[in-house]
Amino acid sequence: MVHQYKLNGYCIVLDTSSGSVHAVDPVAYDIIALYKTKPEEALIEEILALYGPKEGITRKDVMDCLTDIRELEAAGKLFSPDPYQDMAVDMKNHNGTLKALCLHVAHTCNLNCSYCFASQGNYHGDRALMSLETGKRALDFLMEQSKGRRNLEVDFFGGEPLMNFEVVKELVRYARQQETPRHKRFRFTLTTNGMLLDDDVMEFCNREMSNVVLSLDGRREVHDHLRKDYAGQGSYDRIVPKFQEFVRRRGGKNYYIRGTFTHNNVDFTEDILHMADLGFRELSMEPVVCAPEDPYALTEEDLPLLFEQYELLAKEMLRREKAGNGFTFYHYMLDLAHGPCIYKRIAGCGSGTEYMAVTPWGDLYPCHQFVGDERYRLGSVYEGVCNEEIQEQFRRCNAYARPECRDCWAQLYCSGGCAANAYHATGSIAGIYEYGCELFKKRMECAIMMQVARSGDPL
Amino acid sequence: MKRIRTIETRDLGKSVQNGGCGECQTSCQSACKTSCGVVNQQCENSEQE
Repeated sequence: MVHQYKLNGYCIVLDTSSGSVHAVDPVAYDIIALYKTKPEEALIEEILALYGPKEGITRKDVMDCLTDIRELEAAGKLFSPDPYQDMAVDMKNHNGTLKALCLHVAHTCNLNCSYCFASQGNYHGDRALMSLETGKRALDFLMEQSKGRRNLEVDFFGGEPLMNFEVVKELVRYARQQETPRHKRFRFTLTTNGMLLDDDVMEFCNREMSNVVLSLDGRREVHDHLRKDYAGQGSYDRIVPKFQEFVRRRGGKNYYIRGTFTHNNVDFTEDILHMADLGFRELSMEPVVCAPEDPYALTEEDLPLLFEQYELLAKEMLRREKAGNGFTFYHYMLDLAHGPCIYKRIAGCGSGTEYMAVTPWGDLYPCHQFVGDERYRLGSVYEGVCNEEIQEQFRRCNAYARPECRDCWAQLYCSGGCAANAYHATGSIAGIYEYGCELFKKRMECAIMMQVARSGDPL
Repeated sequence: MKRIRTIETRDLGKSVQNGGCGECQTSCQSACKTSCGVVNQQCENSEQE
């Protein structure tokens, strides 16, 4: 499938099955659009009518361009067929073994954020801290289930994981002790709201955490509107200096400042730029996950404004890069030459198969977004996976599993989207969350445009 | 080509042969990104062609 769009002065053509990206001039753009639908003479006539008088395009110019297009087609870089559909389930399960866990070391939190997808950290259940015993059992479970796989990932999450910091430290110590005898290598990450960040935590994280995710929504008034403590006080002033110090001590790398935007701040680019102006260079901003009736939920009317924001952000990032003060935005990270292979593009995020979440009691869920929904409980780290039916649903979930994805150009970029979003929107993980699709496609067009812009001027 | 500039991209078709090692990161970046695109992640296999 070929997808074409114009953005920021660039004419861009994507060939979805090969992953090819072409920057073209307006003439080639229009020729490509007609290439499969108009016979050659009619195509030439139409292009000459459009461009002949004004721009002096000749018949030879059009023929030369057609020759180039045929060459790209023969090379499998344009209008290439899709050979993957029948292999999709097998490719998804090529590497189906467990390799990562999200440890909910705390089902409790010291903030009272209004929009928390996890119901202020307790996932609609009891508040609890994971015991060291359950945590060790979770790590053992991961090592056992991962078979010959060496590299394992563990995310410390919650609620607020620093409320159980002693257990976090002991679990890391335990994991490191197991690495050599069990032939494993752990990579740890930690997500935190920052309230309990102190010298000890920073020193430990800088030694042991490959990455840290620091929650900040942007401008003070935006952040403090929804991220208050239990006394009703905003948290911005307490956490920003800590984050700045933490990032400085990490050498300005291996972290993300991660915000959530809502209906209250559809101009979220202002929040991203605010975070960049605070000195943070590794940024991420996600749309809120909540019920559609919540007052801060994003609406249909917001969508065109959000599209504008993504475009503004991409253009501003390019401008700042040229000026020497650029920053990274997670969704615009794209390594076109060395990015994920077709197996990964088809498989998706790995939830329910390669990646699971563990509650403080040791219960297993496909990911943090399913925790608390009994239907999706997979089992526990003590008894193993016993909900085969649900796990099989996740095994079958891939970029080709949803009928809507088959006609979508973004299929192999998004891999079918977030299963949890699909489930919350439609009642099934095999559904799609249309709003998420719209945002994703706009972000991807912007991300690709930035790569094209970095390669040169418009043709 | 005068009117077309092809950007260097990983050939997905070829990666049927040279891909699938499973070394890439699984989680949506520390369980935080429900809008994660797989394509934003990196290939961790330094030997891929």
